[in-house]
Amino acid sequence: MSGHATFEPKNPALKWFESRLPLVGLIHSSFIAYPTPRNLNYWWTFGGILSLMLACQILSGVVLVMHYTPHVTLAFDSVEHIMRDVSYGWLLRYIHANGASMFFIAVYIHMFRGLYYGSYKAPREVLWILGCIIYLLMMATAFMGYVLPWGQMSFWGATVITNLFSAFPVVGPTIVEWLWGGFAVDNPTLNRFFSLHYLLPFMIAGVVVLHIWALHVVGQNNPTGVEPKSPKDTVAFTPYATIKDAFGMVCFLIFFAWFLFYIPNYLGHADNYIPANPLVTPAHIVPEWYYLPFYAMLRAIPSKLGGVLTMFSAIIVLFFVPWLDTSKVRSGVYRPLFKQFFWIWVAVCIGLGWLGSKPAEGGYIVAGRILTFWYFAHFLIILPLLGLFEKPKAVPASITEAVLGKSKGGGVPVAAGASAPQTKG
Amino acid sequence: MGVRGKETLVASTETAETTRRDFLYIATGAMGAVGAAALVWPFVSQLQPDASVLALSSTEVDLGQIQEGQIVTVKWRGKPVFVWNRTPKDIEEAKATQLSALLDPVARNANLPADAPATDENRAAKDQEKWLVVIGICTHLGCVPIGHMGEYDGWFCPCHGSEYDSAGRVRRGPAPENLAIPPYHFVSDTKISIG
Repeated sequence: MSGHATFEPKNPALKWFESRLPLVGLIHSSFIAYPTPRNLNYWWTFGGILSLMLACQILSGVVLVMHYTPHVTLAFDSVEHIMRDVSYGWLLRYIHANGASMFFIAVYIHMFRGLYYGSYKAPREVLWILGCIIYLLMMATAFMGYVLPWGQMSFWGATVITNLFSAFPVVGPTIVEWLWGGFAVDNPTLNRFFSLHYLLPFMIAGVVVLHIWALHVVGQNNPTGVEPKSPKDTVAFTPYATIKDAFGMVCFLIFFAWFLFYIPNYLGHADNYIPANPLVTPAHIVPEWYYLPFYAMLRAIPSKLGGVLTMFSAIIVLFFVPWLDTSKVRSGVYRPLFKQFFWIWVAVCIGLGWLGSKPAEGGYIVAGRILTFWYFAHFLIILPLLGLFEKPKAVPASITEAVLGKSKGGGVPVAAGASAPQTKG
Repeated sequence: MGVRGKETLVASTETAETTRRDFLYIATGAMGAVGAAALVWPFVSQLQPDASVLALSSTEVDLGQIQEGQIVTVKWRGKPVFVWNRTPKDIEEAKATQLSALLDPVARNANLPADAPATDENRAAKDQEKWLVVIGICTHLGCVPIGHMGEYDGWFCPCHGSEYDSAGRVRRGPAPENLAIPPYHFVSDTKISIG
C-alpha cells in the first residue's frame, strides 16, 4: 500500500519550515496522497460527516455559551433570551440542538457500517474500541447538554439518569451525591454539567485524532473486506475521497437543514419549554431518541440493578465484538447468514427504540424483554457460532478484481491504472 | 482549487481551451463560497448587541434632585454619565477660557455638528447652561475620572493623570479629546433623556 506521491516543497520558506516541523507534509500524506481503497461506497462518507458534525457542534456551542447563563434561576430565561433577543440566536440554538441528533444519526450509520463490513476485525480492534469510547463520550456529552436549558425534561432527565448510579450497592448513593453536589439535582449539578459539557467535546476531538491516527496506521476497510494489495487497488485521498466525502456532506447537510428550518422542534419535547420544577414530574417522560433503545432495556428488566447493568452492558458488549465474531471472512457481503442476522439485529435495535418511546406497560414490556434478549444473543451467541457454522461465499482475490468483475456487463472501459478511473471529460 | 486542481490532478483531460469541467469547477466553487459566507453571517451577527441590550439604550434623569455644585453619575448603555449642576463660578471659569488654550478645540457634542468649536456654550446643555452632561470615561484609556479634582476644577483621571476643566474639556494630557457628550434632550424642564 504505497503512497501515490510524497510532499516535496519548492518554496524556500516552506522548505525552511518543513525541515523544522513537517506539518504540511503530514497533512499531505494524511489527506491528499493517502491511498484509499478504490471501491469505497457512500457508507464510508460518514466518517467525514461525523468530523463535520463535531466541528459544527463545537462552533455553535462555543457561540451559545457567549449568551447562556448556567444558573437555576437564569438558565431557562437565558435560553429564551438566545431565541428572542440574540441576533440569529434561534438559528444557532436550533443548529446545536438538531445538530446533536444529526451527530447521532451519523454515528449510528457509521457503527452499523462498521458492523456490517467487519471493520472491527484484526488489525482494526483498537480503531473500533476508540470509536466505542467516542460513542460513550458522545452519550455523556449529549445528556449533559440536554440538562442545560433547565426545562422540565432537562431536570427530570438529569434526575433519572443520575439516579441510575444509585442502583449500585454500597457506593451508589455516594456516587449520586457527588454527581449532584447536594441531595437533589440543583444548581451545583447544573454548574458541573455545564463545565463537563464544554470539556467533553474537546476530549472527543482528542479521541477522534487517535481514531484517525489508528485508521491511517491500519488503513481503511472496504466493502470487500480484502486488504489493498497493489497500488491498483487504491486511489489518492484527494480528489477521490475528498470529493466523495464532500458530496456526502452536502447531502447530509440538506437533510440537516430540512430539520433545522422546517421542523426544528420535531426531535425535542414540548415539556422542555416548561421551566424546571423540582416538585412535579411530567406525566410522560422519555429521553432523547438516541437513548431510546437503552431506555427500553432499562425498563424491560424487573430489577433496578439488573436494568442498569443490562443497559450499560449493551454498550460494553460493543467493545468485545472484535473477539466475539469468530468468522475469518471480514465483510458481510460474503457471509450469507451473517447478512440476514445483521439486518434482524438492526430491526431489533430500531424496535427497541420504538418500545423506549412507549409507556412501560403490558405487551410493550414483554416485547422489550424479547428484543433485549435478542440484542445480546446476537453478540454473545449468534456472532461466535456463525463463524463456526456459516459457509461464506468466495472472496475476491483483490479489490480491483471485485471492481472490474462487477463492471464487466456495463461495458464501461475502465483503464487499468488507479490514476485514471474517470473516462468522461 | 478550481482550474489548478484540474491541471495537477486530472492531467489526462487537460486541454487548452475552457471546458465544461472548468465551468463546473468554478460554478461549484462559487456556490460553495456563497454558502460559506451565508453560514458565517449569523456567527458574526450574533456578536452585535442583542435586543435586550438595545432596549436599555436610553436612560432618563430627573434633574430636580441634583443640588447646585453636585455631580450625579448615571448609567447609560453600561457607561457612567456625569450630570453636573454647575455653580456660576464654574460656568464663569469655563467661559473665560480661550479656545487657543485648549488641547482639543472641538466640542465633541453628539447633539451638534462634528466640527463645532469647544466653547462652553457648545459644551453645556442647550439654553440651560448650568447643566453639563458628559460621558464619564477618560478619552485616554477608558478610566472613570474623579469629579471636583485637579487644577482646572473639573475632573482628574486617577489612571494616567489627565485633567478636565469645568466644561469637561481636556486641559492636561495624555488624554487626546474632551469628554464626549452623549445625545440627550430635555423631556421637561427638569428631566433629560439620554440616548
